[in-house]
Parts: sequence; C-alpha cells; structure tokens
Amino acid sequence: MTITEDAPGHVGSRRLRKEDPALLTGEAKFIDDLALPGAIWVGMVRSTEAHANIVGIDGSAALAIDGVNEVLSGEDLAPLWGEGALPCAWPVTPDMKNPAHLPVARGTAKYVGDAVAVVLADSRYAAADGAAAVVVDYEPLPAVVEIEDAVADGAPLVHADLDSNECYTWGLWGDNAPAIDAAFAEAAHVVSERYLQQRLIPAPMEPRGCAAVPSPAGGELTLYSATQIPHILKVMTAVVLGIPENKLRVVAPSVGGGFGCKLNVYAEEILCSALAMQRGAPVRWTEGRAEAAVSTIQGRGQVQHIELAADADGKVTAVRVKLLADMGAYLQLVTPGVPLLGGFLYHGCYDIPNYMFECTSVFTNRTPTDAYRGAGRPEATYAVERAMDSLAVSVGVSPEEIRARNFIGADAFPYTSAAGLIFDSGDYQTVLDKAVALADVDGRRSDQAQRRASGSSKRIGVGFSSYVEMCGLAPSRVLASLDYGAGGWEAATVRISPTCKVQVVTGSTPHGQGHETCWSMIVADQLGVDPDDVEVLHSDTAVSPTGLDTYGSRSLAVGGTAVYMATEKVIDKARAIAAHQLEASEDDLEFSGGVFRVRGTPEAEVPLAGIAFAAFTAHDLPDGMEPNLEAHVTYDPPNFTFPNGTHIAVVEVDTDTGDVDLIDYVAVDDCGVQINPLVVEGQVHGGILQGAAQALYEDAVYNSDGQLVSANLGDYLVPSAAEAPRFRLDSHVTPSPTNPMGVKGVGEAGTIAAAPAVINAVVDALRDLGVTDVDMPASPQTVWRAIADAQGGAS
Amino acid sequence: MTAVTLTVNGTERSLEVEPRTLLVHALRDDLGLTGTNVGCDSSSCGACTVLVDGQSAKSCTMFAVQANDADITTIEGVADADGTLHPMQQAFHEHHALQCGYCTPGMVMAAISLVEEYPGLDEGGVRHGLEGNLCRCTGYQNIVDAVLAAAGSGGD
Repeated sequence: MTITEDAPGHVGSRRLRKEDPALLTGEAKFIDDLALPGAIWVGMVRSTEAHANIVGIDGSAALAIDGVNEVLSGEDLAPLWGEGALPCAWPVTPDMKNPAHLPVARGTAKYVGDAVAVVLADSRYAAADGAAAVVVDYEPLPAVVEIEDAVADGAPLVHADLDSNECYTWGLWGDNAPAIDAAFAEAAHVVSERYLQQRLIPAPMEPRGCAAVPSPAGGELTLYSATQIPHILKVMTAVVLGIPENKLRVVAPSVGGGFGCKLNVYAEEILCSALAMQRGAPVRWTEGRAEAAVSTIQGRGQVQHIELAADADGKVTAVRVKLLADMGAYLQLVTPGVPLLGGFLYHGCYDIPNYMFECTSVFTNRTPTDAYRGAGRPEATYAVERAMDSLAVSVGVSPEEIRARNFIGADAFPYTSAAGLIFDSGDYQTVLDKAVALADVDGRRSDQAQRRASGSSKRIGVGFSSYVEMCGLAPSRVLASLDYGAGGWEAATVRISPTCKVQVVTGSTPHGQGHETCWSMIVADQLGVDPDDVEVLHSDTAVSPTGLDTYGSRSLAVGGTAVYMATEKVIDKARAIAAHQLEASEDDLEFSGGVFRVRGTPEAEVPLAGIAFAAFTAHDLPDGMEPNLEAHVTYDPPNFTFPNGTHIAVVEVDTDTGDVDLIDYVAVDDCGVQINPLVVEGQVHGGILQGAAQALYEDAVYNSDGQLVSANLGDYLVPSAAEAPRFRLDSHVTPSPTNPMGVKGVGEAGTIAAAPAVINAVVDALRDLGVTDVDMPASPQTVWRAIADAQGGAS
Repeated sequence: MTAVTLTVNGTERSLEVEPRTLLVHALRDDLGLTGTNVGCDSSSCGACTVLVDGQSAKSCTMFAVQANDADITTIEGVADADGTLHPMQQAFHEHHALQCGYCTPGMVMAAISLVEEYPGLDEGGVRHGLEGNLCRCTGYQNIVDAVLAAAGSGGD
C-alpha cells in the first residue's frame, strides 16, 4: 500500500481514511453505546399474524416480570400522536392511496412485525422478556401475500376502507403511444420478458436503534438515532408530534451502515420521542436482528414486464415496461417513489427513441418496502440488461455486439433520453471495450466451448451488464415535478480559525462513506493546507443545522459540491483581504499552495494563515467587511449526474447440483472525477457483492400465511468472504459538466450493475441446455430445476 | 445475581451479573467496553467476537458466568497504550478494510485469532477462516488483503 506522494494535490490520491482509528479501536460510539442512566427501555410487541383484528392484549404475565413497568396498547398510546401518522413524503399521484400509518397499530395488524403494543422496562433484558410475555388475542383475517394476488379478482383487501389493493398507477409515455405501437408492429425482433424482483432485507451490520433524551425544564428534546437522515428526521418528528423545531435536536452518532433502510422515519423514533416528552426521562430502543427483518423496510419486490422492439440488425426502436410493485402494508417515507426512480431508466444506456413505462403499485400484508441501495435503478437495469441478452440471441449476435449497436454514442452528450432526462457525459463503448479486454472474454468463451464439447458438468458462463444511473439527487424543481415533498439541495459551511485550521460543516450525513476524509482532501487542495488540518462536522442538527442528508449517491455530487463552493467563497473573501494588505488589485493576485502573490512581484505575498489571523483580529480589514473567514453555501444541482459502466461476471455452474460459483468479476465504472480511488473501489466492491447477493443468495421468503421464514442471518444468506469473488476493477473518467469538480457518485453503481451480470452469466452457461431464464436468487435448487425443466423434466 | 471475575485486557474485574447475562452485555453494559458490537442474536454475524483465553469466541452466545476466571481480550485491548495500532488494525487501515466500521472490532479480533492459529494461510484459507464474520460494506476483498498482509503471507 502506497500513498501517492507525487500527486499534484490530494484529490485523486489513495489517501487513507481519517475515520478509521476510532472505528478500529472501538472508540467510535454507535447508538447502543450511549450510556443513559435511568433510561426507560422499550420492547416492541409485534404482530405474529399477517392480517388480524386485535381482540385483546393481556399484559399481566409481562407485568409480573421484575423490571417490567408498563404494557401499552395502540389505544393507550393514541393520545401521544392523536391521528398523527408516520410520514410519506412522496405522494406520486394526486389520487395515491396513503392509509394512516400509526406508530403502534389500533384495531387491526396488517403485517407480521406490525407493532401492536409496547413494553416499558428498566433494562434491555426486562424489555425483551416483557415483550415476549405479552399475550395478544388475534382474530385472523385473509391475507394478501404475493404481488399478483393483490390485484386478482376477489383479492382480500389489505385496507378494508379502500376499494382495492391498488395504491397508485403512474405512467411515463408522453404522446408517443402510437409511435410505440408502430415500432412493435414493424419490428423484426420482439423480446417480451417477465422478471421477478424478490424482496430483500437490507441488513446493515448495525441494526436500528434510537434514544430520546428530554430536557424537561426547557421543553427540549434530543433524539439520537441510527439514521441516514438526521435533518429530515428532525423536520418530520417536529411535524408528526408538534414539537417546535427550535426545541428539537437530532443526532446520528456513528452509524453502522444504512443502504437506504435508515433513510426513513420509523415508528420507534416517533414513539421514543413522544414517550420521552411525556415522561421527562430518556427512552431508548435497540432493534434485534430477527426483529429487524420485519420491522425495518425491505427492498425491491416487483413483477416486471419488459418488451423490446428491434429492427433486423438488432437496433432497438422501442421499449415498453409494465410493473407491479409491492408497497407492503403501508407507505413509509419514500415507498411509492422507488419504482419511479427506475422508471426513467428502463431504456438503459441505449439510444432508444420510443419509451413507455407504467407502474401499478399495490398493498400487500407484508413489511413496507422502501429505498434499498439503488432504489429502482437496480430493478430497471436488471430488466433491460436481461432483455438485451435475449435480443442478442434472437438477432444472433454476441451480448457485447448488441450493446455496441445500441449505445448512446460518445459524441451524443448532452443526450436527451426518450424518458426526458439529460444525460451529462459518458463513453459507453470505450468502457465496454475496457471491460471485455480485462475479463479475457475470448479466453472464457473458448473454455466454455471446450467444456460443452467434452460434456463437462462444470459449465462456464459470461454475463454482461452495461448500466447508466441517475444520481446526485436532485434538482429541486425536478423533484417538484415528481411531487416529491422536499428539495434536493445540500448545504455546507467552511470556516478558517485564527490559527488557520479549517472547519467544514456538511449537511450530508455519512455512515461509512468516508466524508471526513474526502471533504478534507477537496478543501485541502483548494486552500493549500494539509488535510489533517481540516475537521469535518456532520450528523448533528445542533452543529450542522441545514442539510438533506445521504441517499441516492448524492453526497459528493451535491454535498461535496456545496463544500467546494463554500471554500471558493472563503477564498474570495481572503483574496479581498490579501489585496488590501498588499495594496494590490484583487485581479492581480494569484492563489496557490496557500499563498496569495501579486503576479509579477514574487516578493509581494501573504500566506492564508496571515489572512486568517487578520480576519480574526479585524484590526485592518477593508471598509465594510465583516470579520472572520467563513462562508455558507446551499447548492441546488442543475441536473442529476449519470454514472455508468460495464460489468462482466464469469460463473462456473455445476449442472449436477445447480451450484453457481462466481469465479471472476470485472467492473469498469465511470463515476466521473474520483476524489479518492481507494474509497471509490471500496464502494464498488461492496456494491457489487450486494447486487451479486440478490442474484445468488438473498431472498425474503414469505409463506402463504404471510410469515417471513428467512428472518435471521442463518436463513437470510448475506454472503461471507468465502462466497465473495475477487473483484478486478478499472475505470474511465468523463467529467460531469454539471458541477465544478466533474464528479458523479459511486455509492450505488456496483449494486445496480451486478445482479443482471451474474444472472446473464448463469443463463449463458446453460443456454445450450435450453435454459433461457433463471429466477433470482439462483440457488442450487432453482438452477437445478431450470436445467431439469429445460431438459423436459427429467434428470 | 452471581459474582463473576474476569481478566479483561489484562485487568482483573469483578462484577455481579444475572446468571443469564451474555458476555457481550457484561462487557458493554457493566464494564463500559462498547467497542464490541452486537449485530445479530444468532451467532451468525461475528460482530461480537472477542478472545477468550486467546481463542476467538462470539460473546453474544456465551454467558458471562461461563467466562468466569477467563482471560478476555476485546478490541480496546489490542492497540498499545500509546495509541499505536496492533499490526492487524494497522493493516485494516492501510488496506481500506472498513467502511462503516460496525463489523470491524469483531472482524479484527477474529483475524488476529485466525492468523495466530493458522500461520501461512493463503487467500482461500483466510476467506473460509472469516466466514463467521459478516461485513455488508466492503465486499471482503480489502479485509482479506489486510489479513494476508498482517499475516505476512501475501497481499501488498
């Protein structure tokens, strides 16, 4: 491991993270590490039924346990929030159905895991014992479990007061329906596929948790939560509970991963806050792992229908998509918007003139879904990349050739897509060519042919996935057009202290991404200081009062840009002071390496440190100038950014057992300018494994009664090091013209790309046996069955 | 309540616990050593890994009373008193083998135990040796490289 010492600046170097020492030594404080003497421990009593009337709640056995003090039903708790419900911030259509979602259910439980009562206790053990001892009398009701069953004739209703299980239908096709019909009528090749996106459990290694700490004398409340969104959580908690915002502080301590599932406002956060205000004592809750599987949102959950029309050469002329998306029993913060985030991208990275997308979202008696790493874009990429492989077979060309014939050309940017987005920059063919070379596709195919010829039971498959995603969420006006309930800007403050140390305050909230290191590198280069002289403050609304937090690969493209711009503003002010001191015009000054110099007069110079001290003493500043060096910027991006890439998976499939071994994985990504390639590669590695895990291992399996049967980590197969392949990465950089640093974002890229690459590889391995589709996860049983079915049911 | 005596990171500690208190909660809640994390309740994730008499153990699946008179090492006990990181911690730092850091204490403890018990492991050995410790952020590649480097048996 070497740090690139000779880089012109810190940006672009593989600088080691400043976050690491506290995390490596156990010094970092996660939510459950907070010592809160005298806190009330909350235990959640959760429905064991998918759909049932709550007939009675008997807390007597729980109350007999030493340390259990109260058992409270949804009725008992109702005065805490009245009719106030958990918020959904994205009403995607005016007629979207949004049933009131109380933190603790009253009357009817709508999914396994729905909170039906609460135990208050003196300790975490007493809370757990008490929750287990509460006896709930249920009257079971018919449950809707699977997505397609929700829209079947005569389906039971998840919400009895609605006339169907449909939440909304949202479409995107403009006025070109006739052109789409014509394209399909005239097509030489038509591909029509149905794909399933199984539900996934996000499973960050740290479960959720929260602690609400009141200051009764002044009426203030501090809410600590393992959340990605302290700023949004603050606003929402204030609105739901009527706590004045000026009395509320939200702190995200060290957060052990989120992947979207901590981008939410949860029942326990509202419950603990309300109880803490009522009782005048700290109230805390820590989630268990099996509990998390049903009490934290799940991801994906779609049935996808995709059709491609293409001419004789395989040039795609139209894409038509219909989705059924599973909302679960209720809408959480952005549940209904997740399919829309993919809805703009089902044409993938291809130049396709005609586009139609329609999504019908439905309620089921299952845990609510919401954003999970990629949020809509992995689903879109999966559908189009699987369908492109089917088209390649139909046309009789290779997967790389069908992609080459359809890519948006490198000279076409900025490119306006048929779905209405303006893609910023890219060179998709060069990226694919790099990946093909790195993966030795020719060598793999020759091995594949040899094994087929010899009748080997160990087949080789090569799978492609070319993707483009929209991230850097988001231009506020675009969000308005999508009926999202907030803006997409980000805030930053940069201050220089009297001793020329730098304080950066960011509204973006890290939970593993390395903001402190990367923001320090950006600012250090701009100011000519050492990154170790920069501190980065975040995740506490008392320190960083303005922000919109971290999701959608937005931190660098939006939050990092705000930091960059605030630093530029500080430099502008410093330049004015330098000009005053040097008795020169600002236009004659140059600033590099932390020193202002008068051009052509090298001896006339003043270091930033001198300016910082002068700004602090304020003894001799230009007339009318405020003391101190400090600037605040709120940056609203003019466009999304569009990272892209090509990934190639190589698998070995055992046709006797159905076992799939991921033996090579090559990824070439264009995430724009890279601040720290070490951090970028880490994001790509982890993202790929999360996507590959959907392809091969992970599945939130529900039985017909609506019981989640893969709720713990023994049954829900988060991969270990033993399953993970060695990733081989390369990159390509087309700077985004959208922001001054040319950055795009990389947090979700690997997850978006990986699942179709892996499944395309599995299908490629088995195509000569007649296999054309394998559902996710491609478990040994599923693969073996696909082979057996293709071979006529015998084996 | 039951009296338990543990030697934790070289210091003898006596405490009174409920007999069913898990070792991880005795360490975290009674002794304030919150570096050891809890990631699951089924011995699946390894976030709670500590050394018990030199052997890695999942402290969420062991009662504190079972560790009576044992020598316990937690993540707080592996760096030098002056803050110099243990070679395994240093290797994790240099190889960017952590992101959110929640699995890291358990992963580091498991890795220390693994390379002590099986010197000369190759990549496959490290991958299988760590399969009881889950990480959701890194994809494991940098963890494996860090362990190989710290073991002096590969990596860069």
